[in-house]
Amino acid sequence: MESVLKTAFPFVVYTVGILLAFQGVLMIVAYTVLAERKVLGWIQGRIGPNRVGPWGVLQPFADLLKFILKEDLVPDKSTKFIYFLAPLVALTCALLPIVVYPFGPSITTVDWSFLPYGLGDGITRLPLTIAQIDVGVLFVLAITSVGVYGIALAGWSSNSKYSLMGGLRSSAQMISYELAMGASVLGVVMLAGTLDLNGIIYAQITSPFRWFIIPQIIGFVVFLIAAFAETNRVPFDLPEAETELVAGFHTEYSALKFALFFMAEYVNMFTVSVMCVVLFLGGWYVPGLGRIFEPGSIPYAAVSHVAFIGKICAFLFLYIWVRGTLPRFRFDQLMNFGWKFLLPVALGNVILTIVVVYFLNR
Amino acid sequence: MASTILFFLFAGFAIACAVSMVYHKNPLYSAVSLVGVFVALSCIYVTLAAPFIAVVQILIYAGAIMVLVIFVIMLLNLDEDKPLTRLRYLYAVGGGLGLILLVQTMFIFYAVLRAPKDPVDTSQTAGKSLSIGQAMYTEYLLPVEIVGIMLLMAIIGGVILVRRLEPGQLKLVVDSELDKRHEEEEKDDYRIAF
Repeated sequence: MESVLKTAFPFVVYTVGILLAFQGVLMIVAYTVLAERKVLGWIQGRIGPNRVGPWGVLQPFADLLKFILKEDLVPDKSTKFIYFLAPLVALTCALLPIVVYPFGPSITTVDWSFLPYGLGDGITRLPLTIAQIDVGVLFVLAITSVGVYGIALAGWSSNSKYSLMGGLRSSAQMISYELAMGASVLGVVMLAGTLDLNGIIYAQITSPFRWFIIPQIIGFVVFLIAAFAETNRVPFDLPEAETELVAGFHTEYSALKFALFFMAEYVNMFTVSVMCVVLFLGGWYVPGLGRIFEPGSIPYAAVSHVAFIGKICAFLFLYIWVRGTLPRFRFDQLMNFGWKFLLPVALGNVILTIVVVYFLNR
Repeated sequence: MASTILFFLFAGFAIACAVSMVYHKNPLYSAVSLVGVFVALSCIYVTLAAPFIAVVQILIYAGAIMVLVIFVIMLLNLDEDKPLTRLRYLYAVGGGLGLILLVQTMFIFYAVLRAPKDPVDTSQTAGKSLSIGQAMYTEYLLPVEIVGIMLLMAIIGGVILVRRLEPGQLKLVVDSELDKRHEEEEKDDYRIAF
């Protein structure tokens, strides 16, 4: 009995951790949708949703209920299997990077021996990351690059000209801006000397700048612009340009399948915000917090975690703000900007960083 | 125990996707199946404590190359119902290649059986990005550089093949030869057709 418990214990802990992380991210995403409608209303001089609950706080749940109850339409001449597969791929690829997010510092000062049956024996630290792999940056980039299949396949399988155009546009756009995004991350990776997300945060803490945004300001701007394009947000929302393509790749999708695409877009926003915060803004690190609380203790981890989420919310607000402010690019402008301006600037930043790091390490 | 179950799960998924890739006549189904093969292989790499190879497998093959393949299939929009002209001699070629592959597999199996059985230590640095980088830029520097130059040549070749010529632009020898051949055709806007 005891040995079974000991074997099962890590699985239980991991399952609880995964459930907490996914549920938390999904709740933040749900309220990002509400915040977007509220902030857009505020920017445009109107009220926004205010009927469901006080200030509309129950609106996300009402929306979900509506999505579930709507009729699920399937176009007659669509490619059925891929039509069903596409939203699943989109949401899965959006949610998978959650497993490597560094939600906070490891808790190291708690003594776990109070647990029954000796379950806590040998446990010295509780990391606030689900999976600590040493190629976290590459993992996030890889999974988000697979996310383009969801959109491309949705566009192709709907058998509609608007969907196909949206799918083609988004494939071209995401392939182009992935290069600039990857190149802009390289500078940070070189400064930190690791691909591990937690390692990058610790490298920022020990660096003289505290935040990599200061030495990598070019990389940060390039990353931010590429992030807008990767998530298909205004001003780069060409794949779903409603004035030209009705709704782009998800024109033919309805009910819960549309909701999956919708959620995937907002989870992707969350992902690139996390990457921005971790790579350039010090992740969960709060300067001076180590003097108030002991590093590794529970209050230290809690305040750091709140700071991490706060920084992410600031980026999510930036997304909404930009959506309320900027008009949409034309497609040739988008491609020219990505290939002829953003990519050379990112590569120049890489070369500059190489030279600086070489002379600093000599 | 758990890793064995995972191996059979992912290996079975990889084989199923591979069979589906060969079986389907619709090129898009085949391409999606190939993506499934890559994902399953990358999962196997993770269980073998090689996270870098696993991530690169997804990043390069599934994320870049197959997206381009699917992009081309979508652009061409091939006719689904076109009857396939079957060539008889291809069966013989395919059988021969399959036989060679089988012999190779048997050889690998034999080599693995002969190899000394060391327990795999997942904490060792073999699959980590640091050791891969150090090996690539010290011991295997020359192959890495050669591959880099070959890829650069491929990129330049691709650019030359598809670029549009405008008056006053730098011209290659091939271009002036083509100019002589196509003197009557419109000069300011054309693609070189090879």
